Amino acid sequence: MNVLYKILAERIFFGLFSLFAVSVIIFFAVELMPGDLAEAILGQSATPENLAAFRKQLGLDQPAFTRFFSWLSGAMVGDFGVSFANQRDVADLILGRLSNTLFLAALAAVISIPLAVTLGILAALYRNTLFDRIVNVSALTSVSFPEFFVAYILIYVFSIQLGLFPSMSSPNPDAPFWDKVFSAILPVMTLVLVVMAQMMRMTRSALINLLASPYIEMARLKGMKQSRVILFHAVPNALAPIANVIALNMAYLIAGVVVVEVVFVYPGLGQLLVDSVSKRDLPVVQACSLIFAVTYITLNTVADVISILSNPRLMHPR
Amino acid sequence: MRTYTQQIAKAPLSAQFGLFVICVYVFCALFAPFITPFSETEIIADAYAPADASMWLGADNLGRDMFTRLIYGARNTVGVAFATTVLAFLIGGTIGMLSATVGGWFDQVMSRTVDILMAVPQLIFALLILSVVGTNTVSLIFVIAVLDATRVFRISRATAMNVVTLDFVEAARLRGESKLWIISREILPNISAPLIAEFGLRFCFVFLFISGLSFLGLGIQPPLAEWGGMVRENAVLITFGEYTPLLPAAAVALLTVAVNFVVDWLLHLSSGLKD
Repeated sequence: MNVLYKILAERIFFGLFSLFAVSVIIFFAVELMPGDLAEAILGQSATPENLAAFRKQLGLDQPAFTRFFSWLSGAMVGDFGVSFANQRDVADLILGRLSNTLFLAALAAVISIPLAVTLGILAALYRNTLFDRIVNVSALTSVSFPEFFVAYILIYVFSIQLGLFPSMSSPNPDAPFWDKVFSAILPVMTLVLVVMAQMMRMTRSALINLLASPYIEMARLKGMKQSRVILFHAVPNALAPIANVIALNMAYLIAGVVVVEVVFVYPGLGQLLVDSVSKRDLPVVQACSLIFAVTYITLNTVADVISILSNPRLMHPR
Repeated sequence: MRTYTQQIAKAPLSAQFGLFVICVYVFCALFAPFITPFSETEIIADAYAPADASMWLGADNLGRDMFTRLIYGARNTVGVAFATTVLAFLIGGTIGMLSATVGGWFDQVMSRTVDILMAVPQLIFALLILSVVGTNTVSLIFVIAVLDATRVFRISRATAMNVVTLDFVEAARLRGESKLWIISREILPNISAPLIAEFGLRFCFVFLFISGLSFLGLGIQPPLAEWGGMVRENAVLITFGEYTPLLPAAAVALLTVAVNFVVDWLLHLSSGLKD
């Protein structure tokens, strides 16, 4: 058991360390800007007195390290400072949008994971048939398509030509659950299409790699049905790579959500981030990047922990 | 030269199709001013004017010829993506091979730095840096090249590691050749095949990334014609049942598929699998 704990501890420590390093990068990237925030906000025409007063108000007269730790400790309790653009608390701006984004991502995850794994298993089961070909070709295509292309094709077909679903999606927070789902259906479909391909291919190839192993051969020679061989003998051993690619794609979902939110004018965190980047509203950009990065790193760490835990050689060392 | 033509003649249909598409794109990028009927930013009609004999695809949101801008997009989008990928390979490839050859603390520092840079989603990282340095084409190329160089570093270091331990590298070391000589004459020729395939994949990634950023309005800035940006500018037309705004996006997708086909073929060749 000792080896296992050591590997797990190392992995989790690296996750924590990257979290810290990322917060350092997010904070100090802004420091690299020529001039400082006070000059950036007040512009060229500001008098030196105004600048000095404003720096004091922003706390810019403090050394960078002091400001970093006060920013970080604030961020940990959900205090991200004040937006430049409208002087509102960043936390207020983020809160509602974060839950919208999570709603979108969760819905996409709930649909895409079972679908991708099932299709992957079927593709492995009916290997080298027409079905397998179609799955492979569509996977390659969807990897090659930019997200916004997939999104607009869906809008063109389902919203404009067929008139089934709304092309813009701004859920009313008080609306009943199924209304929210209905209005988010096209963005969710886009995300599902974008993340499914890789999960499907990975499930298929993880299974096919195993099919060459002797114990599968043995099961076949016993006269077992192909479907039973795959479901009860191959799938349990392929869980590690499958769990890994699922977690990686959920992490990808976090970034992919940005473009999709912009296409569908969906009031989420991604759209807030894009708006703030074009307005150079740095506190909001910092806060959004931190939230995205923390989610991404956490999911990646979880993926690694799952693949370590699901390796029986590490669970029962000799 | 003859062996190349023979190889291409023997290539699978998908790879030949891919090469053909790539050639068409390169031709459009190089000779854009001669193919197009108008200039890139010339306003020739009303906004969203429908297609006629002189404008095959109609006009865009400012009344510029859509067809002209589609062709110029090849120059801007593909050109910037290509430049970025080349820069990423120069940075990542050099440092990666150097890490493998030098080893020791240099390798440790570089590898850990790359681990940390790769722990952040690339899009988020790019947005953060672009909000600080501002959105212009030069900073776009540098930011994405540096971020993408981390992936190139990983693969060039890993492949170079396999070569470094071989006898002929040891012999070159004992002869007293310099590090630069060893990297350029001993290691690079032996890892060029996987690196070329990786170049294709990275190019696709960078290309999709840049058109995605431009779509968000944070990449290549107007009035330059850029496929992602063109989709954004004319998206309103889609709601009127027009498909023309989708053409730039389709252009992105077609090139990505084509490059993928060629990369698959190259990987197949370099893996020595002959069927």
